[in-house]
Amino acid sequence: MTFRDGPFENFKVPLVWTAAVAVVVAGVVAVLLLVTDKRESLTAEGYGGVRSGFDRVAAPAGGVLSAPVRWTGRGSDWISGYFFAVSENRKLKKQLEEMQALRDANIALKNTNDRYERLLGIRTEPAIRMATARAVSESRGPFANARLIDAGSRKGIRIGNPVVNEHGLVGRVVGVTSGVSRVLLLTDVASRTPVLVDRSDARAILVGDGGRNPRLEFIRGQGTIKAGDRIMTSGDGGVFPRGLPVGVAAKGIDGRWRVKLFSDAGAIDYVRILLFQSFDQLVDPAALEAPPLAGLETAPPPSPELTARIEAVAPARREAGATPPPAARPAPATVTMAPAPAPAARTSTPARAQGTTTSAPAAATAPRKANPTPSPARKSSAPARRPDGTPTRPVPYNRLPGGTP
Amino acid sequence: MRRGFQVRVVGPQDWILYPALIALALTVVFGTPARLFGLALPEPVFPMVLAFAWPLIRPSILGPLALLLCGLFLDLMWGGTLGLWAVVMLGVYGVILAVRGLILGQDTLVLFFWYAGATFVAYAVAWTFVTLDAGSPPSLVGGFLQMAATMALFPVANYLIERFDDGDVRFR
Repeated sequence: MTFRDGPFENFKVPLVWTAAVAVVVAGVVAVLLLVTDKRESLTAEGYGGVRSGFDRVAAPAGGVLSAPVRWTGRGSDWISGYFFAVSENRKLKKQLEEMQALRDANIALKNTNDRYERLLGIRTEPAIRMATARAVSESRGPFANARLIDAGSRKGIRIGNPVVNEHGLVGRVVGVTSGVSRVLLLTDVASRTPVLVDRSDARAILVGDGGRNPRLEFIRGQGTIKAGDRIMTSGDGGVFPRGLPVGVAAKGIDGRWRVKLFSDAGAIDYVRILLFQSFDQLVDPAALEAPPLAGLETAPPPSPELTARIEAVAPARREAGATPPPAARPAPATVTMAPAPAPAARTSTPARAQGTTTSAPAAATAPRKANPTPSPARKSSAPARRPDGTPTRPVPYNRLPGGTP
Repeated sequence: MRRGFQVRVVGPQDWILYPALIALALTVVFGTPARLFGLALPEPVFPMVLAFAWPLIRPSILGPLALLLCGLFLDLMWGGTLGLWAVVMLGVYGVILAVRGLILGQDTLVLFFWYAGATFVAYAVAWTFVTLDAGSPPSLVGGFLQMAATMALFPVANYLIERFDDGDVRFR
């Protein structure tokens, strides 16, 4: 007896019920995924293998499917450029005039700044390596703002790397595969970026909300920000390096401070990824571990000829040393030409002073007297000597560990 | 002589598989980072059309499962919270399935109001969840723009309903 021949012969489940059961089952699965999702953590674990696998497949497929749109976009750019060439030319000429004055000022300021940095021994950060990529897909909705770029771990990209375009900061990498990465834009609702106001150095947090102009929250101080202030990354927290341009402060229609992003000035099609992880990578661990004077060179052992000469003049020195000094002779002062403090470019600790510097050297101001015996404490242009009489080689500051040439 | 004619059976691939694939392909195409005359492309939720039209065309087990996959695709494609759009669109499907007796046979304008209302509720749910999840409310303007673009797809939903609701006499 088959099932149909039994008591359920005329039993039919309404299709609406079966569909409703399917809705419930699918809904439970979706809710479980929703609850267990860790996207907000912005970590590799939170990104997961499913997203990585999808990105790996979606990027080339998206590149092919969206090719007609790209071609159309280029065509519209060409048409726009043709019709707006005159106004664009006028605008660019005006900008050029302003930029020429700024360029001259910039050169002068850079020169002065370089000298100050050398004098003060300021720790300058080395250049950060970059990788270039093209955006192949983007999401612009209110609940997610992200882009897929066609570069991944093969180019050294890692989660957390900042992403910039030619105008300013775009976002940061939140997912990486071998050839594709996902960039979380500054406008994403999960994005939080520590920033500072360039004019007042006030700190704030840039909070994305899915709109074009993210909010500024937790602004420190009263009256520390005004419309038009330049906003840049503060480097707090170590996710972004300090000083990346972000945008300009503006008051939103809701009365909150917002930022007009520099990166919105042009299409974010080509981007650069700063291979920056944290400030730790700017420090050479070997330089940190090295002893402070490891970079000093020792003089070679004296040659036999030099030893013979030293021994020849030794009795005369001993006699000179036994002679009491004249009473009117001023007390010798230790004056050592201190080298410039080492700019510890690769160390996080300030460079040590290499000598004792006196601001008012007595010997320098005292009248000189004839002294047949050369004194090692005497200030002169002659090189300093060791107790055995051999001259020491002055060590330039840039030979010290952490010094920059 | 009487000539025979072929009857083309409208199967699930016609009203579920192909529309779903087209919706996903359009999502990818509209995700291109291209600007036309300085303006970015709109980003409507294409599968929302399916979530509204499928329960009206006919109840099916495949519909919710296809919507689940479409929603997960959107979340993965856009980099959003995994499961968000699946939950939202399944909610729309469930509501429309529950009230399909009230909607079927109504005028197009009534259908549009139901579609707009369902889309609005879907966005309200998504906005609330993202606010709770991220700890910060998403932009209302951005949400409104995407919702408006999605509502503008109603003619497609209407076409699907008119095209397929009489496709199988068993479900009349």
